[in-house]
Amino acid sequence: MLLTIDRVQKSYPGGRPVLRDVSLTLDQGQTLALTGESGSGKSTLLNLAAALDSFDGGEITLSGTALSPLDDAGRATLRRQCVSLVFQQFNLIPSLTVAQNLTFHARLAGREDADWTGQLAERLGLSDLLTRFPESLSGGQQQRVAIGRAMAARPKLLLADEPTGNLDETASATVLDLMLALVADTGAALLLVTHSQSIAGRLDRHAHLAGGHIA
Amino acid sequence: MTGAVIQALFSHWRRHKLQLATLLIGIALATGLWSAVQAINAEARASYQRASDQLALGLYDELRDPSGTIPIARYVTLRRAGWQVAAVLEGPLRLNGRTVQVMGVDMVAYPALPAVTQIEQSETPPDPADMLTAPGHLLTSPELAEVLKALDGLPPILQSNAVPPDLILTDIGVAETLLEKPGRISRLLVLPEQPRGIPRLSDIAPELERVEASSRLDAAQLTDSFHLNLTAFGLLSFAVGLFIVHGTVGLAFAQRRAMIRTLRALGVSMRRLVWMIMAELTLLALIGGLLGLVLGFLLAGALLPDVAATLRGLYGAPVDGQMTLQPQWVLAGLAMAFAGTLLASGQALFRLSRMPLLTGAGLQSWRGAENGHRTTGLIGLILIAGGFVVGYAFEGLIAGFAMVGGILTGAALILPYLLSLALSAFQRSASRPVAQWVWADMQAQLPGLSLALMALLLALAANIGVGTMVSSFRLTFTGWLDQRLTSELYVTAADNRQGQQIAQWLDPQADAVLPIRSIELAHKTGPLFLYGIVDHQTYRDHWPIIASSDGVWDRLHAGKAVLINEQLARRSDLWPGDALTLKEGHTLTIAGVYSDYGNPTGQAIVSMPQLDRIAPGADTRRFGIRLDPERATEMAQALRDQFDLPRQAVVQQAAMKAQSLAIFEKTFVVTSALNVLTLGVAGFAILTSLLTLWTQRLPQIAPVWALGLTRAQLARLELLRSVLLAALTAVLALPLGLVLAWALLAVINVQAFGWRLPMYLFPLDWAYLFALTLLAAFVAAALPALRLLRLPPADLLRVFANER
Amino acid sequence: MNVKIWLYILFLLLPSALRAQGYGGLGGSAEGFDIPQPGYQFEFPRDHGPHPGFRIEWWYLTANLTGEDGRDYGIQWTLFRSALKPLEAEGWQSPQLWMGHAAVTTPETHYFAERLSRGGIGQAGVTAAPFEAWVDEWHMRGADPSSVALSASGAEFAYDLTLTAQGPLVFHGDAGYSVKSSDGQASYYYSQPFYTVEGVLHLPDRDVAVTGQGWLDREWSSQPLAADQSGWDWFSLSFDDGDKLMAFRLRGGRGDFTAATWISPDGTTTPLPDGSVSFTPLDTARVADRDVPVQWHVTLPDQNLDVEVSAITPSAWMGTRFEYWEGPVTVSGSHQGRGYLEMTGY
Repeated sequence: MLLTIDRVQKSYPGGRPVLRDVSLTLDQGQTLALTGESGSGKSTLLNLAAALDSFDGGEITLSGTALSPLDDAGRATLRRQCVSLVFQQFNLIPSLTVAQNLTFHARLAGREDADWTGQLAERLGLSDLLTRFPESLSGGQQQRVAIGRAMAARPKLLLADEPTGNLDETASATVLDLMLALVADTGAALLLVTHSQSIAGRLDRHAHLAGGHIA
Repeated sequence: MTGAVIQALFSHWRRHKLQLATLLIGIALATGLWSAVQAINAEARASYQRASDQLALGLYDELRDPSGTIPIARYVTLRRAGWQVAAVLEGPLRLNGRTVQVMGVDMVAYPALPAVTQIEQSETPPDPADMLTAPGHLLTSPELAEVLKALDGLPPILQSNAVPPDLILTDIGVAETLLEKPGRISRLLVLPEQPRGIPRLSDIAPELERVEASSRLDAAQLTDSFHLNLTAFGLLSFAVGLFIVHGTVGLAFAQRRAMIRTLRALGVSMRRLVWMIMAELTLLALIGGLLGLVLGFLLAGALLPDVAATLRGLYGAPVDGQMTLQPQWVLAGLAMAFAGTLLASGQALFRLSRMPLLTGAGLQSWRGAENGHRTTGLIGLILIAGGFVVGYAFEGLIAGFAMVGGILTGAALILPYLLSLALSAFQRSASRPVAQWVWADMQAQLPGLSLALMALLLALAANIGVGTMVSSFRLTFTGWLDQRLTSELYVTAADNRQGQQIAQWLDPQADAVLPIRSIELAHKTGPLFLYGIVDHQTYRDHWPIIASSDGVWDRLHAGKAVLINEQLARRSDLWPGDALTLKEGHTLTIAGVYSDYGNPTGQAIVSMPQLDRIAPGADTRRFGIRLDPERATEMAQALRDQFDLPRQAVVQQAAMKAQSLAIFEKTFVVTSALNVLTLGVAGFAILTSLLTLWTQRLPQIAPVWALGLTRAQLARLELLRSVLLAALTAVLALPLGLVLAWALLAVINVQAFGWRLPMYLFPLDWAYLFALTLLAAFVAAALPALRLLRLPPADLLRVFANER
Repeated sequence: MNVKIWLYILFLLLPSALRAQGYGGLGGSAEGFDIPQPGYQFEFPRDHGPHPGFRIEWWYLTANLTGEDGRDYGIQWTLFRSALKPLEAEGWQSPQLWMGHAAVTTPETHYFAERLSRGGIGQAGVTAAPFEAWVDEWHMRGADPSSVALSASGAEFAYDLTLTAQGPLVFHGDAGYSVKSSDGQASYYYSQPFYTVEGVLHLPDRDVAVTGQGWLDREWSSQPLAADQSGWDWFSLSFDDGDKLMAFRLRGGRGDFTAATWISPDGTTTPLPDGSVSFTPLDTARVADRDVPVQWHVTLPDQNLDVEVSAITPSAWMGTRFEYWEGPVTVSGSHQGRGYLEMTGY
């Protein structure tokens, strides 16, 4: 099992519980859509799976590594090596060019592959944008760069939080198509948080989060 | 409506207390340093004025004998011819290692002095008989009275606040005993009311010269350059402080854009908003300015004793070590606070007033700043060029400071462009992704930090420049002392007769006995002291000549030539080959110019026979004695025993050097203190910039963190960034500092003091300053880094999800 | 501005000193100073010179003059000596202080000047033979006082006069021992009232040749006033018939003390004891912010004298370091004549 979430509990600072007792598994090559109301904790769960934040109870195992014993540095290593992330916005490092952003994660993980990056840029339609800076790109372009950067590191698991949430319909469709195609081609697993049922329908599995539980 | 708008505007400061504190501290620091300098200047000037009033200086014309003191008989001759004059005998008196000025006036004829009036009206006025007859009374400030009370053998002391510091005011009959100048008069005051038909001065006392009250150099004029120096420093500190204000106000306005947009959408006119923000800034300036005044007052109080010591030591100008609140610098300080705040906020306010109603509330774009850098860089170049043009085209201290100001401001403006170029180059050469990101990120931070870095650049350059000047000066001065103070012993006899006896007694025992004789002449540039010297190898070997013509010494001793000091040479533009008229009928060719540091007045040297021709009867009471240095101490004691000389009448070379150097060190205490403070303010500017940049930092850092860097790593990188930027700035500050040092040594010093100094380099000092800079940058970045280290992941995650 | 310091030094006009010590500090104690004694044998020329053992001394000359323009003029030339200690020393160390007062009074205006000096340096002093009294360029000198040249100048005036004595010296009181109070305070006091004067007055707008009569007073003491005495009114009158009168009234808290000397044309003196002369102010003038009696009724029944004495120039105020009124007067009534009036302590 690539990702095992076992009875995980998490409260906001101040004590309000978000995740009461959540369990979920994801195998290699699988795609899973996680849906839920605003504030249901779906982003929180994704962040926990990405080793971005710590949880209060239960256990998460990512690629055979249990997350709860890890310190800050251990979680950082795991993020670098095992997962890639695409968020709703502000994915990119503003001070770096598109080309630098694309390769940044791969280089951090020590897996830079110029051919692969070149292919990605080509497929994502970024070849003409390589020397530009993120702020001069449209929202759709920025998200395509984010996906390119995520895939350039050849992650086992891609975690995406509303990657099309800030985009219009056309851009949204393009970005989703490209992401799903790349995931399929590389054999990576995908955990995607969305509030859209139509997007959820395009993935292998579907889990709904409500009241701190997987329904 | 106004009330609601005020509430909205102030809600910002309630939420950003640190920002408010930073802004107030910025204003307070700028005002404080400026006010401190102004307060010191005002206090010193007030002291001069007080001294003038207290001693009735500068009110009356005076009669002086250019060749020395005036005998009482001359005074009586003038009096009996009807001339209404009042006698003054004055001179320095060494008491227990401290030199005080004694001013003996003929209490019977001299105009009423405030000190005397004060004592007369006191509860227990002394008997006038005691005042005028032996042993007499000494009038001093309470502070000096304390010191003198501990000494034996002095007449009773009366305290008066109306006596300038370090001055003993007494009757001339007491002074002639204290100063061991019986029957001598230093100068005669010409009283305002003269009887009808008095004879002309040239008919009854041809050797006396009448000096107009207005033409005498007074303390205020002598010290002008010193005060201008301080003012320049104060202005620099002020500018550095304004950088803080500018940065903080800029950020506050950026953060309030959304609110202002909302207020405008709700129907508040832009005009009204601008006025209210102006009012808000004025209030902040008032609060910060008042804080600054308190700061300035305390700072000035702490620095004033050293300034006073400097002014007394260097110029003999009477300055109190006590600080008083004076309205002129209080008001000036507040005005500067207002002007400075508005100046620093002007750009932000202007931009705000031009902001369209419907633009986004996002943070300003930073990319494209490079073009801006290039434009400001160009302006900077123009300023530097302008500075040099002014410096070369115009004479005078003001032009000198204008040049330095142009160079410094220009260099500060070029700084962002140069830093940006450097960072780009580093980024290109970086191979590892984190390194690449760090360089790129620094580039991105640059606009926000550039003002603080400019402040740092200025502070560093000033430190290097002034440090180099002071150290060069010290080195030159030490070397010069070695050249000038060649005799192992210096002895002062009580009178000419004893002088002759001492010379005879010493002759067989010493390698050489060199008489030191001088008289005071008047030159159009001020007083001119003329020295006579005998022909001796010592002078030929050691005299610090900086410009000369052939056969200087032979021509001097042949009575054909004169040597002058650098001050006189530069002030009157007289150089070897030119002619100098010492006195009517005594015009000599200048054979050489020698350096004469620390002396505010002109000086000239002629051969001994020449001196006798110019001023027959000049005293021969001082001698330099050449002998085996090992015998100096023994000989000093022998001299004292043999001739019953007081301790201070025989001085050893080493003691004299130590004393000169001590005065020198004191002179620059204030400069160093201001230097350190300026650097401190620059460090604070970095801190405030980093703190204000904080909110903009999260979107930069969050993606990197998400991609697998720990907060600890990121915090370390934050520190590194700050230190690197400071290091780069410091590297750029070095050449600027050296240019500044050159300007100070070769332009400012010449204008201010009349001497040009060679420049020496002190790499160790730079290394020390460099380390200090890195430390300052490290400390400044420590707080933001610590904040980053402790930042909950949730705050970082919010970047990705929240509409900002 | 000079006033204060001089007052301070001389203790002359401090209000406290005035109250405690009488006018001008003359009423203080005389510790260490010599005291006048009855039966003193004057010896000349020695006694024309200074007496440093006494506290205060003066050479006091006044003259009533008539100008070539027919108008009345008066001049004053005074040299005071005041000793801080009863000794003399060289140079600035001398405790002897000298003060010169000079004035010219025209019918309209009173010009005055003042000079200060300390003894010991030669700026001021008196020598007995040849006789010279001087301060700065002011001087009164001749082989002896019977014939002297007199000169003084101020910012607005100057005079050069020659004085020739036409009679002997006269001694007041008991052969020159002049009692000044009922307690016995006294001074040595003699005069030369028989000078004829001629010379030139230099006024701001003109020079005037003058002739007239002069009167020199010489007086020294250490304690001439009683503690309660606050001032005096002093008259020197020369009548057209050749007689002269010196009369003074010392005003005291315990009553006035008067004394006078009637001087015949040949110099014979008649000392007149306390109470012989009566002085009644008839009118005052407002001068220097005070009321000064400038018109007097003076009677001396012994000599059938009943005259009115009137100031020629009521504004003849000496605004010097210690201030007083000094000016020429005219005499009318039983006797006609001219004279000088000095009033202190107003």
